[in-house]
Amino acid sequence: MDDPLLLARAQFGLNIAFHILFPTLTIALAWILLGFRVAYHRTGDAGWLKTYKLWTKIFALTFAMGVVTGIVMSFQFGTNWPGFMLRVGAIAGPLLGYEILTAFFLEATFLGVMLFGMNRVPAWAHIAATALVAAGTSLSAFWILALNSWMQTPAGHVLDGNQWIAADWLAVIFNPSFPYRFTHMMIASGLTAAFVVAGLSAWRLLKEPADAMAARTLRVGVLVAAVLAPVQAVVGDFHGLNTLEHQPAKIAAMEGIWHTEKGVPLVLFAIPNEKTRTNDWAIEIPYGASLILKHDPKAELKGLDAFGADHPPVAPVFFSFRIMVGIGVLMIAASWYAAWATRRGAAAPRWLLWTLAGFTFSGWAATLAGWMVTEIGRQPWIVHGVMRTAEAVGDITGAQLGVSLTGYALTYATMFVAYMVVLTHLAGAGAESAAAKPLPGASPVGAAAD
Amino acid sequence: MDLPLVFMALMGAAVLAYVVLDGYDLGVGMLMPAATPEEQSVMVSSIGPFWDANETWLVLGVGILLVAFPAAHGVVLGALYLPVVAMLVGLMFRGVAFEFRMKAQGWHRELWNWLFWAGSFVASFAQGLMLGRYITGFEPGFGYLLFAMVVGASVCGGYVLLGATWLVLKTEGALQAKALAWSRWGLLWVALGVGLVSLATPLVSETVRAKWFDFPETLALMALPAACVWAGFIVWRSTGRLAAGGGARDWQPFAAAVAIFAISFLGLAYSLFPYVVIDRLTIWEAAAHPSSLKVVLAGALVVLPFIVAYTAISYRVFRGKARGGLYD
Repeated sequence: MDDPLLLARAQFGLNIAFHILFPTLTIALAWILLGFRVAYHRTGDAGWLKTYKLWTKIFALTFAMGVVTGIVMSFQFGTNWPGFMLRVGAIAGPLLGYEILTAFFLEATFLGVMLFGMNRVPAWAHIAATALVAAGTSLSAFWILALNSWMQTPAGHVLDGNQWIAADWLAVIFNPSFPYRFTHMMIASGLTAAFVVAGLSAWRLLKEPADAMAARTLRVGVLVAAVLAPVQAVVGDFHGLNTLEHQPAKIAAMEGIWHTEKGVPLVLFAIPNEKTRTNDWAIEIPYGASLILKHDPKAELKGLDAFGADHPPVAPVFFSFRIMVGIGVLMIAASWYAAWATRRGAAAPRWLLWTLAGFTFSGWAATLAGWMVTEIGRQPWIVHGVMRTAEAVGDITGAQLGVSLTGYALTYATMFVAYMVVLTHLAGAGAESAAAKPLPGASPVGAAAD
Repeated sequence: MDLPLVFMALMGAAVLAYVVLDGYDLGVGMLMPAATPEEQSVMVSSIGPFWDANETWLVLGVGILLVAFPAAHGVVLGALYLPVVAMLVGLMFRGVAFEFRMKAQGWHRELWNWLFWAGSFVASFAQGLMLGRYITGFEPGFGYLLFAMVVGASVCGGYVLLGATWLVLKTEGALQAKALAWSRWGLLWVALGVGLVSLATPLVSETVRAKWFDFPETLALMALPAACVWAGFIVWRSTGRLAAGGGARDWQPFAAAVAIFAISFLGLAYSLFPYVVIDRLTIWEAAAHPSSLKVVLAGALVVLPFIVAYTAISYRVFRGKARGGLYD
């Protein structure tokens, strides 16, 4: 493992995979929190306030994880991929710059008011602060997905000397895959947050079945998931058709299509074999892939052989895609059944609570698998058809990358364990306990310091 | 319009904002072991609402380097790769320790308390080390490393000064009395550090020496060190008066400490200009494509006033003396 390209990719992959977990949860959780906050304001029900307080604690913890791992990203764009910034920096730079300017300061500043300012500002200002944090997290997703989508389906760029620059910023931002990818990711965030809310509420109900607040948030999570999960399947399908149009090699890897042919079967399961360039142990539905991707059972689909050596490694893309779809199908089943089982205030049976608790982090697993599909699926390009990943790598030595990779891995492992311990502890103790602590400013410590 | 020059100024402003803002909260982090658990709770509460936004200035500073001077971003952060990793690991541990130190139990809590302090210290020292390496153009050799370590220690002292004077402003009673004493120790530490660095920098860098010791400009330039000494004197006098029970406002030591940073920063900027990597890359050589600079500048001019405005709102919402228990 002293290949700088491989190490640079491994390190960047570790950082970005670890980082993405936290924004994926906070983007949608921020909007759910706004819902809790508004529900308290409109009903005056103290239960909503306690719920809001519990989930702001979980939000704060998750947000902090996202912020500190995100700072790492801002350094690694340049250190691991200096060639990327030199060649396409005139396009990537402004998109990142706008993310910092419009989103990062907004969310970080109003987070303080949202977390600690409830008894310092009027209710409307506190609700506004919560809404601005939510808007900030979504804006951040907008800009970073514009950049990522441009790397997948570049548009609006022209060559000036050795650099690619923007000829039309609207075409750069709203590039062909952006609407699909942005929608797909926002719904992924919604599903992630919904299953975390439902799952941690189920965890609480397993310990304390009489907790009415946990039963209520479980219902919120289940309903949000039940609405979003089927929508995600449809959006995902459209996203796939868009990919077929712009990145056919990625689709060929996802579907395990080695040879260009007509009437291509849908491979449900197989073990792709890079040596023989065939699928071992394949279970297929005849004409399935042609039918799904072209809506015609006899249609021709391009296989990996159409791209020479310029196609991604097949197995990781193929398996990640199946993991993502598999989790998506299970999410639909779990959320629909749970929505039906908890109708009209019915209590969920214990086995269902265990199931939902087991699904708590299913959104993370599906999101990571989805990103593996699209990012590994873009290889060997860093900007599809424009620039190769190998051209972007820098001259950081393998030893430095190795040391820092080890350092990051240990740091992340420690942080992750602590995060999980605190998360399950907070959720297990419930909303009553989260709200029982004295408010800032009314604590005996503060009084003693007077 | 000279776009690279404008972006140099913007980047300088972002870095100065970062150093002052995160400087005080890193400084408070480094002072934690000197306080009782009750005082620690007040100290963390005094920085809790702000640290997140403070660190965003670092992202902006590095972001401008990346976006406006991509050639320099690779050279600078490549040369500083390991101290950057150390800083990031430090910042990560202390960032999440805000949340974990109060929610963990038993020895876990002790561990996160320790990580909060250690993370603050490592991040501060690494930043100073990076500055020291940067000023000397990343020259190899023991002498240059020693110089960088002295700068690292000085930056720690500077942040302790900022943190302590911040606590003078945000606390009262016994903790404020302690903070007054810490401020004076921090000031002495800074005076020693700034003195050593000011003497050593012309020795280790020909370019810097030529800029400062070119008569008659030297005479006008001496206004900077003089102003720095005056700001230091204000810190000393105001902390003395506050400790004696009056004759100064609680914001004066912090304002004077910020002035010390701003003046030192100006001096540094003068030393380095027009280089973004000393003796190697000027801002014009490292600058990004003008089309990219224009579009970012347009956004920055629109958005930065809003950022400054709502940052001011946030400080206004949390004005006054801090109470403990923010994270309980």
